[in-house]
Amino acid sequence: MSTAATDMPGNTRKAGRYVYIAAVVLLCAWVIVPLYFLLINTLSSPEAVNSFPKSFIPEFDLGSLSFFANFAGMLTALKNSIIVAGLTMIMSIAIGAPAGYALSRFDFPGKELFRMLILLTRAFPLPLLALPLAVMFIRTGLDDTAFGLALVHTTLAVPFAVLITFSLFSGIPIELEEAAWTLGCTRLTAFTKVVLPLILPGITASAIFAFVISWNEVFAAAVLTIENRTLTAFLLQNLDTSPLHLKFAGGFILVVPALIFIFAVRKYLFAMWGIANR
Amino acid sequence: MAVIEIKNVAKRFGDYQALHDINMTIEDQEFMCLLGASGCGKSTLLRIIAGLETATSGEVWIGGRRIDNLSPKDRGISMVFQNYAVFPHLTVFENIGFGLRMQKLPNDEVKRRVERTAELMHIEQLLKRYSGELSGGQRQRVAVARALAMEPDVILMDEPLSNLDALLRMEMRAELKGVLAESKTTAIYVTHDQVEAMSMADRISVMHEGRIAQNATPVEVYRNPAEKFVAGFIGNPPMNFLDAKSAGSGNWTVAGQSFAGPAIDKAAIEFAIRPEDMAPAETGIAATARVVEPLGAHLLVTCDVGGTLFRAVLDSDLVVHPGDILTLAPQADRIRWFDPETTQALS
Repeated sequence: MSTAATDMPGNTRKAGRYVYIAAVVLLCAWVIVPLYFLLINTLSSPEAVNSFPKSFIPEFDLGSLSFFANFAGMLTALKNSIIVAGLTMIMSIAIGAPAGYALSRFDFPGKELFRMLILLTRAFPLPLLALPLAVMFIRTGLDDTAFGLALVHTTLAVPFAVLITFSLFSGIPIELEEAAWTLGCTRLTAFTKVVLPLILPGITASAIFAFVISWNEVFAAAVLTIENRTLTAFLLQNLDTSPLHLKFAGGFILVVPALIFIFAVRKYLFAMWGIANR
Repeated sequence: MAVIEIKNVAKRFGDYQALHDINMTIEDQEFMCLLGASGCGKSTLLRIIAGLETATSGEVWIGGRRIDNLSPKDRGISMVFQNYAVFPHLTVFENIGFGLRMQKLPNDEVKRRVERTAELMHIEQLLKRYSGELSGGQRQRVAVARALAMEPDVILMDEPLSNLDALLRMEMRAELKGVLAESKTTAIYVTHDQVEAMSMADRISVMHEGRIAQNATPVEVYRNPAEKFVAGFIGNPPMNFLDAKSAGSGNWTVAGQSFAGPAIDKAAIEFAIRPEDMAPAETGIAATARVVEPLGAHLLVTCDVGGTLFRAVLDSDLVVHPGDILTLAPQADRIRWFDPETTQALS
């Protein structure tokens, strides 16, 4: 690849570089432009939202946002979302990481089938499960609780947690563990003293992934909760009939916490994707 | 005292028999090399002793204690791995002190032992670094220091030098031998490099297809190979073999020449001689030179004796051209004989 590039005449290489830059710009625009419009419309007065042409500079009208801040149930919904996503994060790692470890370190009958089945859980449509699940939850008293919803979200997040941690554990040479065993570790202490520190960035990344899955999930949240709605379900219920400027503000409120969260832990995401993090 | 006794150890992986009924005793403070080509079972045997692999049957005893049912940490061993296995998240200091911390030794004792072993391995200036900042040779030193700091009864090494370049390997070989002799531990060293085995070991076990072909001192293995495999495996270039026909009463005809050999009742056996144990003479084996390689100290001549490949290492002052017919006289006390059916040495 690199030799071919150096053999190329200068202008061809330059053209390749322009294409590369254009692609990067396009991708960034794809993500940033809608977010920017969301921001502008959130920070505009209702009149400006409905008018045309649009201004590219926000007016910093906090009317829509302060409406939401004072809207009954809004803060509770936000709190519920965080609780459910946090629980999902903890449970999917607690269940997923040991499974990933077992898949990467042990040979057992049906291992390939097991890996396949993990993926297949994602192929099962949630709407099909919604009714029996709701009935079951009501019978067991799990309905309308943060824990119950977190269980459902964990089910959605676990396949990813297993597969991500499986590849993390596989990336750690077994010799490191064996060396720890010969140096006085049991299987457990070798894990906590050697393997865990090495995979912690990756574990964090897969935890974030679980968090985001739960944060974005709306269907189960809407079906299984009534009083203790998460933010997505709450907004889905209330924004449907709201004016446009409130819809924008609601979308903004939904997007921003997730964005801040991902931005804060971005270096762990890079670690997961195998990019050197500095 | 750490005598290692291996009693009837066998290992199967499914249908594949990796080790057949291995018996071996390694004396206290002895340096034993397990030598063999890849796949001969030498690493498997080492890993069974370490407790990283379980034997299908048999027992392992260290210092009069049966240890094959114990976990690795309770066996009184430490191990050096082929790819070093230096923990990347710890400094060199913490790597060397890892085992000592697991034993919950007081801080000053850990510090004292880490610094002493680091000095021994000449890495005292690297103690604050991480493994990512070390060269291969330095990592290997850390791995050895980590094993030595444990002051184990037995140190096990699985091809520790094979990832180093040739010059460094030679340097480390001599250094490792000195350090291990001083530490007074019993050592088992796995390698496929015969030069390493010959130069370091007190005793060599040559392994072949899951069996021990010969277990003897390096010179003995070289001079008196117990079977044809060992003769062909040890030595570079390896031993030469020629067919020998019986001429009656312990005399054998080899390439038209008569040699005194074992007095046994067989029609044909095999004659063997090391390439360096021959010299040009008036009478001897007639060999046609095919390739002549001057190697400085000596001349390696690849010949043809009646269609059989035959190598001779001669004095480099000799002038030999391809096509020349050499008359090579084997040194009588260096001739060895093998049974072609059992491949065992005959005497």
